[in-house]
Amino acid sequence: MNKITSTVMMASLLAISASTSAATLDDVIGKGFVQCGVSQGLPGFSQFDDKGNWSGVDVDICRAMAAAIFNDSEAVKYTPLSAKERFTALQSGEIDVLSRNTTWTATRDTALGLNFAGVNYYDGQGFLVRKDLGVNDALELGGAAVCTQTGTTTELNVSDYFRANNLEYTIVAYEKADEVVAAYDAGRCDVYTTDQSGLYAQRTKLKDPSAHKVLPNVISKEPLGPVVRQGDDQWFNVTRWSLFCMINAEEMGVTSKNIKSKMGGDPATKRLLGEEGSFGENLGVSPTWCANIVSQVGNYGESFARNLSVPPLNISRGVNELWSKGGIQYAPPIR
Amino acid sequence: MIKEESAGPPTVITRPWNNPKVRSIFFQAVLLIVVVSFGMYIFGNTAANLEKQGIATGFRFMGTTAGFGIITHLIEYSEDSSYGRAFAVGLLNTLLVAFTGIIAATIIGVFIGIARLSKNWLISHLAMVYVEIFRNIPLLLQIFFWYFAVLRALPAPKASLNFADGVFVNNRGIYLPSAIYEEGFSLVIWALVIAIIAVLVMTRWAHKRQDATGQQFHTIYYSIGLLIGLPLLALVVTGFPLSWEIPELKGFNFVGGTVIIPEFIALWVSLSIYTASFIAEIVRAGVQAVSHGQTEASNALGLTAGPTLRLVILPQALRVIIPPLSSQYLNLTKNSSLATAIAYPELVSVFTGTILNQTGQAVEIISITMAVYLSISLSISAFMNWYNAKMALVER
Repeated sequence: MNKITSTVMMASLLAISASTSAATLDDVIGKGFVQCGVSQGLPGFSQFDDKGNWSGVDVDICRAMAAAIFNDSEAVKYTPLSAKERFTALQSGEIDVLSRNTTWTATRDTALGLNFAGVNYYDGQGFLVRKDLGVNDALELGGAAVCTQTGTTTELNVSDYFRANNLEYTIVAYEKADEVVAAYDAGRCDVYTTDQSGLYAQRTKLKDPSAHKVLPNVISKEPLGPVVRQGDDQWFNVTRWSLFCMINAEEMGVTSKNIKSKMGGDPATKRLLGEEGSFGENLGVSPTWCANIVSQVGNYGESFARNLSVPPLNISRGVNELWSKGGIQYAPPIR
Repeated sequence: MIKEESAGPPTVITRPWNNPKVRSIFFQAVLLIVVVSFGMYIFGNTAANLEKQGIATGFRFMGTTAGFGIITHLIEYSEDSSYGRAFAVGLLNTLLVAFTGIIAATIIGVFIGIARLSKNWLISHLAMVYVEIFRNIPLLLQIFFWYFAVLRALPAPKASLNFADGVFVNNRGIYLPSAIYEEGFSLVIWALVIAIIAVLVMTRWAHKRQDATGQQFHTIYYSIGLLIGLPLLALVVTGFPLSWEIPELKGFNFVGGTVIIPEFIALWVSLSIYTASFIAEIVRAGVQAVSHGQTEASNALGLTAGPTLRLVILPQALRVIIPPLSSQYLNLTKNSSLATAIAYPELVSVFTGTILNQTGQAVEIISITMAVYLSISLSISAFMNWYNAKMALVER
């Protein structure tokens, strides 16, 4: 019963206090920090170290928003959420923004009363198997036991994939990612499935990571991005443009290191750094909002390199490379 | 004037607000109105806010296709089934583990509780150690302990332990041959039903006869004979309309047969062992509540220790045992929701986990779940109250 108590409390919170005011930005400025919903620990995306400091590409979205609003990227409080708690926490107003490797789907964008502000990581679902199983392709997985986490899109994708290819399977779904990893490590399942980025991240938690490999198959589209409540366009814009600022900065070659020397450069860079135009004002934040983001958090490429391209994850940019370099990361211009 | 007053009975004028009956009805009505209007306010407020935030409401989702798999189901279920059916699967899995858990916990609990009262130092202290260990460790930890103990102790499917023909044990579960019923098997079922009815009738008759004449009748032997003999006879007559599907290793796992998954075993074992430690204490308290004079009287009549416990002590102890026992049954049922941590697909895991996340209709789903647990608990309570009334000491 204890397990559902928190969900019950959240549901009743939703029932009673769902009348959170529409002006989230004013509320956030009033309380002095951004309340950010993150994962319970997913290396590279949102994880905390032994001192309790959070880091990761999802965490960087929240830090960017705090930098834009307060000129202080540390003005963030984090709420670790399980997959099944996350949407209720956002709907009920317990958090201001959900930046927790969350897939953008039609249901979530409509029936859940949420809005996805953009995509900060293009992912796809994959499979992790033991090397000694001798499997090289997901189509050889007929009859396998598959471990995954409840309350995610992966449960549906895996069922679609196996049924579409007429393969038998049994699904074993746990509530927390750590339990999935422990059960997979103990041999309960032949396969562990989640988003590929997650597989690389979780593999580092296994007893012997080198004995496992990620299969090449990608069975779904998983665009991950920050989420806000419907009906507050201003807050939606702040979230969306905090992400776009980071992507635009990378495209223009502005980094946290060279931002000083880029000041007073070409017109586009001037607009980006708030030396020209009134873009910050239009957003409801300071004129130098984007300069604050880049100098305190860094551009998209820096965030990616710092969190994902380092050992033990070593995730390459792939489709998350900028559109100008062959990827699909693309941000509308600041003008 | 004086005459008139003394003629009729003394008229006491009670104003309505001084009448205790009227007052009690009035205050109850006020309370009812307050509660109902508060409920309506909450309901209306929730509906309005959900509407304003653009969140879907209503129960239509129960009819749409679920699309996800469930590892173990007592009724027919596939990915094409509806959310409603997935809900039923989860509910039945909850009831299964609660029912089997209650039986096991009661047996272990009574056994340990009586062992604690044993005059044998070793037995009573072993029982005490059992109680103190298992009731003082949080249940969730015990569930994890049993789950990972089971998983790590057992071999992979390719190195399965083979106990008997067609019985395999590995870290994916216990695989048993499953019976396939062929034409004519219904006769065997009917034979069993008839045997059960016959046993019940015979027991009543034997009791009546013993009350009337004092003659005893060996019901137990005749019952066993009936219960085994009749179905066996039916099997022979119909020519054994039964075949077995033996599980066999195909690819990664065993295929065919019936599988008992390790998640169920771990949950069942931990719930039973944990609750049994509380039941043991309840049984001990109940037995100790029966005055020692009863034992002495029974010994004086020449009854030995066994019949003394069975015929004299336990029937009286039950009066004390049953009410707190009901609470433990309710606890066990509600604790089964912890299964969501180890992937046993019961109600909370399937319904408030997967389905809630796919539909996002938290208010509806949590309400249904609460109503379900409330119904299960009230049913158990009603049954235990009935049993308690039946067992209560008849005052003469």
